[in-house]
This record gives sequence, structure tokens and C-alpha cells, in this order.
Amino acid sequence: MRLRLEKRLEPSRTMLVMTPVLSVIAIMILGVIIFDGLGYDGPQAVWELFFTPVLDVYKWRDVASKAAPLIIIALGLSLGNQAKIWNIGAEGQYILGAIGAAGVAFVTQSMTGFWIIPLMILVGMTCGAFYAAIPAVLRTRYGVSEVLSSLMFVYVSLQLLSYLITGPWKDPDGHNFPQTAQLTDAQVLPHEVWNSGILPGLLIALIVAIIFYIIVSRTVFGFSVRAIGEAPHAARYGGFSSNGIVWATLMISGAMAGLAGVLELMQLTRLNLGFPSGYGFTAIIVSLLGRSHPIGVFIAGIVLAITYVGGQVAQTVVHVPNATAGLFQALLLFAILASDLLVRYRVRINVSSPPKEGQRS
Amino acid sequence: MSVAPRLELIDVSKRFPGVLANDRVSLSVKPGEIHALLGENGAGKSTLVKMIYGIQAPDSGSILWEGQEVRIAHPRAARRLGVGMVFQHFSLFEAMDVLENIALGLDGSVSRKQLDAEIRLVMEKYGLKLDPRRQISTLSVGERQRIEIVRALLLNPRLLIMDEPTSVLTPQEVEDLFKTLRRLASEGCSILYISHKLHEIVELCERATILRGGKVVATCDPRQETARSMGEMMIGSDLRDPARGQVSVEGPVRLSVRDLSLPKPDDFGVALEQISFQVKGGEIFGIAGVAGNGQNELLEALCGEHLADLHTVIEVDGAPVGRSGPSGRRKHGLCSVPEERNGHAAIGAFSLSDNAILTARSRMGFENQGFIRKAGADEFAADVIKTFAVKTLGPDALAGSLSGGNLQKYVMGREIMQSPGVLVVSQPTWGVDAGSAAFIHQALIDLAAQGSAIVVISQDLDELLRLCDRLSVINLGKLSTPRPVGDVSVQELGLLMGGSHGASVHDAGGIHAA
Repeated sequence: MRLRLEKRLEPSRTMLVMTPVLSVIAIMILGVIIFDGLGYDGPQAVWELFFTPVLDVYKWRDVASKAAPLIIIALGLSLGNQAKIWNIGAEGQYILGAIGAAGVAFVTQSMTGFWIIPLMILVGMTCGAFYAAIPAVLRTRYGVSEVLSSLMFVYVSLQLLSYLITGPWKDPDGHNFPQTAQLTDAQVLPHEVWNSGILPGLLIALIVAIIFYIIVSRTVFGFSVRAIGEAPHAARYGGFSSNGIVWATLMISGAMAGLAGVLELMQLTRLNLGFPSGYGFTAIIVSLLGRSHPIGVFIAGIVLAITYVGGQVAQTVVHVPNATAGLFQALLLFAILASDLLVRYRVRINVSSPPKEGQRS
Repeated sequence: MSVAPRLELIDVSKRFPGVLANDRVSLSVKPGEIHALLGENGAGKSTLVKMIYGIQAPDSGSILWEGQEVRIAHPRAARRLGVGMVFQHFSLFEAMDVLENIALGLDGSVSRKQLDAEIRLVMEKYGLKLDPRRQISTLSVGERQRIEIVRALLLNPRLLIMDEPTSVLTPQEVEDLFKTLRRLASEGCSILYISHKLHEIVELCERATILRGGKVVATCDPRQETARSMGEMMIGSDLRDPARGQVSVEGPVRLSVRDLSLPKPDDFGVALEQISFQVKGGEIFGIAGVAGNGQNELLEALCGEHLADLHTVIEVDGAPVGRSGPSGRRKHGLCSVPEERNGHAAIGAFSLSDNAILTARSRMGFENQGFIRKAGADEFAADVIKTFAVKTLGPDALAGSLSGGNLQKYVMGREIMQSPGVLVVSQPTWGVDAGSAAFIHQALIDLAAQGSAIVVISQDLDELLRLCDRLSVINLGKLSTPRPVGDVSVQELGLLMGGSHGASVHDAGGIHAA
């Protein structure tokens, strides 16, 4: 008996949906083995990591507050993924979004008005979009890979953040801590939407997901993004400009990352050195796990948020190291990339012994 | 004659999900015989050959090599038996020289010097002219094919499989190839010659096995048959010639190209130099030439993928469109079909309906303020499928799941049913079975009869001579003066096409020396 891979005539739709689920199950099993091997209670660690946040109602709010930025960023990234344009620098655009909103907050500190929050969001999204436009210029004018340039601009944004919070924007009443002043009530969203218990961030993520769904499936722009990703030459023949798509997808994903940055700033109420949380990087996993489909991304965002929250739980209950959540996220990335094989190939098991060999190799 | 056949297939079957690609196929090739394997696209020729060359394994039946049953597990095993194969699509590295490319294809490792000597020996023996030190990117397609032949001959094959070898050659190159093949056969090498160019088979082969729908429908001696009778066996019905009614080419000029020049798009591309021509309504204008002489560049310049320097260089019905992209030109009525079906004319991973959106969205009105009217695209795709007799499950089938001929019919149908004022097509019937080819030709003729201007870029001279009113030849990015089809002989065209024998020798040498 031997295993053989056979290329499928068409990519399997079932596998496209099933492999992310299989990946999550696979890393749960892998997690049990790894933690057992390291001398922890493996099954319990995995239980706390994946199931406690789901079963404990008090953890839902935590999960939602982490899922919202992940989903919003990943939705933006998934648009680029479909055009095979890889924005790895969402973390930087996320920070720039928060910086933009913090700038508005800095200026409007003593003001009130319903317009302040929309202005913060608008400025934050614009900052994120223009920050992502830099890799777009480099790619379309000079042929620089956006994978590298967008990633490197993350580090620039970290320096900018630390300059601002230790310099011009430092909170004068902050006992010399490197942080900005706390946002005023006019600068933050309410904790929940109309006392329903739903986080405003999650509601926004839901609305964004619906908008993206419509863009991708119903508009010529969404069509052009998919066409460029599948067959750039055919897309050009169809009348779509590949440079235009590079610009659009990078700037849209930058704007989404910026939006997530603004919402996160409103939740934390100030910028400090702890603000860069890695959501921009984790969102890459979310978009891949969600198959770049709005519904998939929404679910994947919640799954990844669970690993964040569960990582903290497992840390206190089973005393696993705090890098646990990151470990699982990385494993998940590998699992999802590896399982992609099943979408394009089927595994055949040959049981019959080969006929007599006239020609031996 | 009690000599065992070189190769014998007995009741070989191969099933793929959903199709029986080969249904108990039996076939035998004698030593030194040139044997034709004839059939439409999808008849099962490729599958059969892949099993002989060890790329796929038969589900049942047996393969006998010189009387002994063998199991050919992989191409290396096939080569060790003495089976050589020249594929339709070459696998050569552009930036390397001939010698390096041949070395890469060999199973063992041979020193460069020794290989050089061996190559020269083989080439001398079979009258193949080629400098082993030349870089691939400077070679014509005919020369590239010679590399593949040399590569196969180095192994002293006793059976050589040639898959559609002449589709990219000039008439003179075809003659040279036939000489080589006859020489090989006279030395006892069997040749399995796959083609659907019937007159070539009549000229070259001693026996023909005809496949239809995965089954052998006939075995015949092509010398006793006519191209027509074999064609009818192949498609299983009467072959109908496209009917070209009385042509009056007195319509208004619909497409005008004046001094179109474009730099080469990349290192391996061809620059277009001062191309000028006009096509009237109702006229079919042909552009002949050996592949790689600027056909793709010209098509892309005409359809708007590459823009001209000036708006007035290209005019459609008097309206300048030189600086408009593909969408702008389509709005003016200029539609096009590029040579490469999958990945250029169509997106394999998209449904047929989505592929209709790709080029027909504005002309057929399923684009509305940036939104797509999916129902409109479905309806149009279904219409194309029906009108052009495309064999498929429906508008939702992926373009990549269609056979070459069917996808070509769909793509042609998609453009023709947009009623373009000007249609530019490249290689409309390349790799397409005879039945579909006749259908596509008829569709082009009908479109011209409705008053459209048509430009056909093709390497198939027969096709151009049958279809066109006037002809030009493209060679190294330059277009010869258009001439009425009746005034020009195949030999003359062959000389204009140049290839490795004509004008291009000097230029290619120049590139080589640089």
C-alpha cells in the first residue's frame, strides 16, 4: 500500500472550506502532544486555550474586543490576497491610524461635539491608507516587492510612535510616562451599542464584512481584483489596470488597518509603548484561515481572538508560558498552508500490488 | 513478415473521473514505420501517448515492446526502452544555450565537450542545422523544435513520438522535418506521428490509426486515402467546408493602422516597426508569419493592452483609439481574441459566466455604475454556449474544465456575439479539432458578411489562404505589403516568413554576435 497525490481537475470547494477546520483540529491535537512533551497537562492546556473562552460568558467581551480589530484588518488584507498583492505591513498602518486619530484628539482635547469621533476615524483611515500607499508607489514605479517594503515600514511606524509619545505628544500630567493624554468622553465610542452588550468595534467589523462581501461579489472592482489575482494577463486583456489594483488594494487594506487602530485607541484611551499589539501580523493568519472570504474571515477572527484570550487563561491555570498563544497562531499558519495541498490534490491509496514488472527501474 | 512489431498496444484502457479517455485501444507500429495517430482534440491521443511514454499508467490492457510485455512506470523507463518524445510545447530555458538545454534534459551526466561532439554528430547525420552554442532566445521556433529532436535522437530511440510537430513551422521547415523523419525511418526507427493536419499524414505516413471518442475507429493506409476521407473518419460525419459567399470588399474602411511602432516589451519580445494597414468592412485580412515574429505584440497593440504613442495611429470607424485601453476600444467596437486561451483570452479558474464579464460587460450591458448584473452575464454565456455549440455543463462550469477546442469556441463566440465592428483574432484554430475549426471559420465568415472588418493572425497558412481576402506576412516585427490572396503562392509566402532560411538568418546572427 502506498499513498499517492493526484492533481484534481478542479480545486475542491469542500476542501477549501474544510481545510481551515481541519487545521484548527490538527493544531489542537498537536498542542496536546507538545505540552505533554514539555511536562504540562496537555489536554487541559488545550482545553483552557480553545474552549474556556467560548464556554465562559465573561470571556466573550474579551474575545469580541480582540476579534474586532483582527477582523477589520483581515478583511482589508483579504482583498489584496485575492489580487495576490501581499500587504505584510498592516501593523504599521494600524499604528499610523491610531497616530492620526491621536493627532485629532490632541488638537480637540478641550472641545466637544459629535463630529470629533467621525473626524478621528476619517483621519485615522486616511493615515493608514497613505502609509500603505508608500509600498504602492515603490511597487508600481520601481518594481519593489510590496512584501518587503510594507514590512519594513512597520519599523518606521514604531519609531514614529515612540518619538511622538516621548516628545511632542507626551501627556503633561503623565508623571513622565511615555504616553499621550487620555482621550476625553467626546473622543471615545460608547462601551456597547445601545446597551445591547455588543461592542461597537464588533458591530463595525460586521458592517465592514458585509460591505466587503458586496464589493467582492457584486462590483466590477471586486471582479477586477479576483481577475488580476488569477490571471494578470487576462485581466489586462479584459481592460483592468494592474497598477490601479495595486494602488487600490494596498490603500484599502491600509485604511482598514487604520480604522482598527482608531478603534483600538478609543478602547485603550491613550497611546503608549504597549499599543503595537501585533494585530496587524495576526490578521494575516486570519485572512488566510478565513480563505479571504468575508464570512470565513469573520469566523477566523473570532478563532484567533480565542487563542489570545485562551492563552492568558492557560497561562494562569496550567502555567504554560505566555508565548503559548503566539505558538498556536504560528502552528495554525503552518497547518493552513500545508493543508492547501488537499484543495488541489487528492490523496489516493493504492492497495493493489502492481502487475508484473517487465521493466525495472 | 514475422518480425515482432516495435510497439504493440492491446486493449489499453484509461479512465479519468467522468471520462473513458481510452477504450480498449489496440495499435501496432512496425520497425521503421511512420505511423500516424489521428483524432480530434479530446479523442484520446494525448492520453495514449502519455501511457506509452510512462507519464500515465493504463488501467487495463497491455503494452508490448518488441514482442515482450512491459510496464512503463515513468518517462525514464520509456527512454531506457528506446522511446523518445518531442512535445508540442517546448521546455527550454530562454537564457541558456542549446548545449546547456540539451544537457539538462539528459538522464545521466555527460561532459560538455563530449556532449558537444555527440550533438554535432547527430545533427550532421540527420541534416539538422543548429549551432549548439547559441542562446535559445535568439532561435526561431523551428530551430527550437530541432533542439527537442536532437535531444530525443541523442538517446538513439527506436520509437520517436512527435506530438503535433508542424503547427509552428514554415512550409520549408516542414519539408526539412519530413526529410529528417524519413531518414530516421529508413534506418529502422519507428515514428508515431500525432497530427490532425490530414495532408501531412497523406504525404508522410504509411499507416494511420484513427481515434474517436477514445476508441479506434479505423486503421488505414493514408496513401490510399484522401485528406477528406480520413477527416470524415476522424470526426465521424461529413466534413463541410466553410462557405464563403460572394465577397464584395467595397465597404468603408473600419480599421486603420498607420505607422504603429512599439519598443519590445521585454528582453525576449519583438519590437513593432511602422506597421500600417487598413481593413474594410466585410473583409478578412490575414497576417501570416512564424511564431515569435511580433504576432503577440501586434495583437496586444491592436486590442489596447499596449498603447500607441499617438491617438490617431489606430482608428476604428474613423475614431482614433490609439491611446485608449482595451475597454475604451471595445466601446468603439474593436474586440479581440488573443492566441493563448487559458490565462489570456479566458481565466481558467473562473466560470464561463465570469469570463463573459471579463470582456463583454460594457458592450452587452451587464455593468451598471460599477455593479455587475450577474443574471445578464449568465444569460449571455448560455447564449454563447448554445449558439457556438460549446460542450459544457453550463455557464457555471469553470473555463479551465473545457477542452481546448470548446474553450476556443466559447471565447470566439463571446467576442463575435458582441457584434464587433472590428475583430482581431490570433491563432483562431490553434490546437482545435477539425470540427470546431470549421465551425470557427464559418463564424468568422458570417461575421464578415455582416459588415465587420476582421484581422486573422495565424501561423497556419492553409487557414489564411482559405479564409482571407488579403494577406500580409509579419517577420521580425515588420509587416509586408498586403496582397490579395489569389496573387500569392505558398512558396512566396514561405520566403517572406523567413524563419531560419530567409532574411532572419542575418538578423539572428547579428543578435548572436552582439
